[in-house]
Amino acid sequence: MKIGVIQFPGSLDDRDAVWAFERLGARAELIWHGDHDLRGADAIVVPGGFSYGDYLRCGAIARFAPVMEQVAEFARRGGVVIGICNGFQVLCEAGLLPGALVRNEGLKYRCVPVTLRVESNRSPHLSQANVGDLLRIPIKHGEGRYVADPGTLARMDANGQIALRYVDARGERAPEANPNGSTDDIAGVTNEAGNVLGMMPHPEHAVDETAGIRSADGAVILGSIVKAAVR
Amino acid sequence: MTVTLIERASALGLTKDELDTIVKTLGRDPSPAELAMYAAMWSEHCSYKSSKVHLKTLPTTGPKIVMGPGENAGVVDIGDGLVAVFKLESHNHPSAVEPVQGAATGVGGIVRDILATGARPVALLDPLRFGDPSEWRQRHLLGGVVAGIGQYGNSIGIPTVGGEIKFDPCYAGNPLVNVMCIGIMRKDLIARARAQGEGNVAILYGAKTGRDGIGGVSVLASRPFDAEAEAKRPSVQVGDPFSEKVAIEATLELLEQGLIVGVQDLGGAGFCCATSETASRGGVGMEVDLDAVLLREPDMEPFEILTSESQERMFAIVKPEDVERVLAVCERWGVDAMIVGRVTGGDRLVVTHRGEVVADVPARSLADDGPTYHRPMERPDWIDALRANDPSSLPVPKDLGEALLTVLGAPNVCDKSWAWEQYDFLVQHNTLQGPGGDGAVVRVEGTGKALVVATDGNGRYGQLDPRLGGRHAVAESARNVACTGARLLAITNCLNFGNPERADVMWQFAEAVAGMGEACLALETPVTGGNVSFYNETDGTSIHPTPIVGMLGILEDAGIHVGIGFNSAGDAIVVLGETFDELGGSEYAWAVHRHIGGVPPALDLRRETALCDLLATLAERRLISSAHDCSEGGLAVTIAESCIAGDIGARVTIESGLAPHVLWFSESASRAVVSCPPDRLDEVRAAAAAAGVPFAHIGTVGGVTLACGEFDLPVTGLRAAWNRTLPDLLA
Repeated sequence: MKIGVIQFPGSLDDRDAVWAFERLGARAELIWHGDHDLRGADAIVVPGGFSYGDYLRCGAIARFAPVMEQVAEFARRGGVVIGICNGFQVLCEAGLLPGALVRNEGLKYRCVPVTLRVESNRSPHLSQANVGDLLRIPIKHGEGRYVADPGTLARMDANGQIALRYVDARGERAPEANPNGSTDDIAGVTNEAGNVLGMMPHPEHAVDETAGIRSADGAVILGSIVKAAVR
Repeated sequence: MTVTLIERASALGLTKDELDTIVKTLGRDPSPAELAMYAAMWSEHCSYKSSKVHLKTLPTTGPKIVMGPGENAGVVDIGDGLVAVFKLESHNHPSAVEPVQGAATGVGGIVRDILATGARPVALLDPLRFGDPSEWRQRHLLGGVVAGIGQYGNSIGIPTVGGEIKFDPCYAGNPLVNVMCIGIMRKDLIARARAQGEGNVAILYGAKTGRDGIGGVSVLASRPFDAEAEAKRPSVQVGDPFSEKVAIEATLELLEQGLIVGVQDLGGAGFCCATSETASRGGVGMEVDLDAVLLREPDMEPFEILTSESQERMFAIVKPEDVERVLAVCERWGVDAMIVGRVTGGDRLVVTHRGEVVADVPARSLADDGPTYHRPMERPDWIDALRANDPSSLPVPKDLGEALLTVLGAPNVCDKSWAWEQYDFLVQHNTLQGPGGDGAVVRVEGTGKALVVATDGNGRYGQLDPRLGGRHAVAESARNVACTGARLLAITNCLNFGNPERADVMWQFAEAVAGMGEACLALETPVTGGNVSFYNETDGTSIHPTPIVGMLGILEDAGIHVGIGFNSAGDAIVVLGETFDELGGSEYAWAVHRHIGGVPPALDLRRETALCDLLATLAERRLISSAHDCSEGGLAVTIAESCIAGDIGARVTIESGLAPHVLWFSESASRAVVSCPPDRLDEVRAAAAAAGVPFAHIGTVGGVTLACGEFDLPVTGLRAAWNRTLPDLLA
């Protein structure tokens, strides 16, 4: 079993993702953006960063990387894919996830801990979580405000595709708990089949209680991915 | 020598004497390209011509120092076959003119310095100084600088883990933007910034060369500011963090594969500096062809190509047989690379352009044989009146609690999360303590160790007594690092001063350097390098002398690091060190009375050394729950911050002959407030006694208020006073 982490020029949290999975006892390795195969990876991470500099629209160029054709094919066949932060943006641009991510309300980059509530655990990425669980995980982005048209949002809601929402410490939705102005406080969504998850918060930066924001809640997500990949 | 030549030289910032030296060196008049090269390399910024006689007096060696001043950055042995590489630099003038790009390229520049040693950059810190934030222009500068640091640092995957932000009207026309970077690498892979081996090939890689930043070191960095400062905006470079990120990865891969003989970044004075310095250090000559340099604009003049400060460029010397592999690595990362020259025998730097030699000069004359000045120095008269204006005549505050809330909310003391939250402090996953602690703690991956870093420098102390200000900058940064439990290693510095052509400024500089040297000797923290930023004056008014020190320390066991917050009800609170009547230059005097005067707190370097040792010992023996350095705002602010950080109250009674406001706000040096479990109190007392550090058990952690004889304030109220200032100002 092996987790593949895509590396674009400008990826920043690629090594962090490899490190976090290895910390959980899984095997993980980088896959170069120019490669044409996924080298037998059992799950794919599209990591955070600024792929190709993201001077156009975040993720707009990365979707055309040779490796992304393989990622799309892997996803179509039901493979487990997670896009984190910039990876979420790339997956939206690639049409693997609905909606889009735009500039934060307030226009500032923010690096802060947030509380997420698990809204649906039908995707394999959240199989080890219960609906209603609260996860403390950091965000760090300037363009993380999730938007989608009302029809799409209603369909996603009905389908259980809204996986994670920003909430306050008590688990309640509140305007001040939403760090970027995301529609309906959405922090993470899946595709219709549930095998592709995109999320703005960084679970790979919440696997170590002694560092960073001192939370290991991200291990629930990464651990679920490992479990799905083993199967 | 023609009149036009003298005028041209003067326009580039060269004096008549300096021009005479150039003519003597060359045996003829310099060409336009040569004149521009000398003007850039002999600028104050590049040549340290006014400062080097003083910097030579600093202690620079020690058992752990691998590389000191003169290379791209300082290198310190941290065991396990690893070294830490670190340096602090200024980007003050560019940031004053264009805050976003000025600050962004400041980050880019220092990162390339670290990279050029072969180290992966692992952390950034940003000591910043602005004028009064109630003024619109200062908020504009602060917002722009923080955004610029964020945009650049966040895009290259290096965490910003600390720094400080301070305000004083003296910085209104001339903000300070200093940036520190730390890298880690294997000791056996250290790269040298030198050209060697006749016939070896010179490669320029990274971004293309454009017309940005021409005259950056001479026009911008080496002259005072005036009403025309805005017109200098074309001398500010524009950053492209993506180019930096791929240049970092390509450089590390080249070094890992052993493909590089020497490497240097292109910073101030650009291509001219990289070629002449590498050749001079290697004792060789070099031929370079400007036609091979990839340009953004094809019609650039030779002098523009030579002195352009376009960002994100690196210069490497490689063996002929490795050239193809080097180009392949660059291509893989999408980095432009071109062969621009070769190493020759002799000592000449020969530059050709369109088939003609446009410069032919001894490399050493540019890089190392620049002028050295013993500038006149004189202690200014005004300092006596300032020192005589003692804060003892200030009215005593009626309500001490109210005074505490005022000081807590003062821009210098208040919560800086508004800025920190715009920086990625998490990437690379090794940040054990990010911004907001006494020292930033960064794990050394693959070992059980952590590096600890802090930056400090109090301009008010410098204004009242530059020598003492220099000592305090070292002592306070040391105390901050020691509070985490770390042992001290070495310092880097950035010396921000006014116009060195003024005798009073030069005196301040010499005094501050002497003070730093004394403190570094006492604390056994050698100076590994740094940067001097002169000409920080606007319309004839200088900033306060502001030497900023970046202190590096090490925790042999990362797990023992201590935070600033009280964390367990029932813990005993202890003050280590002694409090005297020392309100001169204090934050209390400024925040409550708008007063700067008197003399700064005395500093006994033996006491400071003993305190730093004790703090590390207490952490190593796991005796304490928290430790927080006592500095601006005195005991009152230190204890309040420990309550806020831990979200818990404290009951405190201090026996003292001092007036209450003096006791609470005095900034006496060599003090820290620690908390420990009650059953450890005797051991802490014994350790303090053994170290010769005064010890006072002053209270207990617990409850929801900070209470002493004079006030009883809820922690929520302390927090509200502390964390609303910047968001309210910048809303």
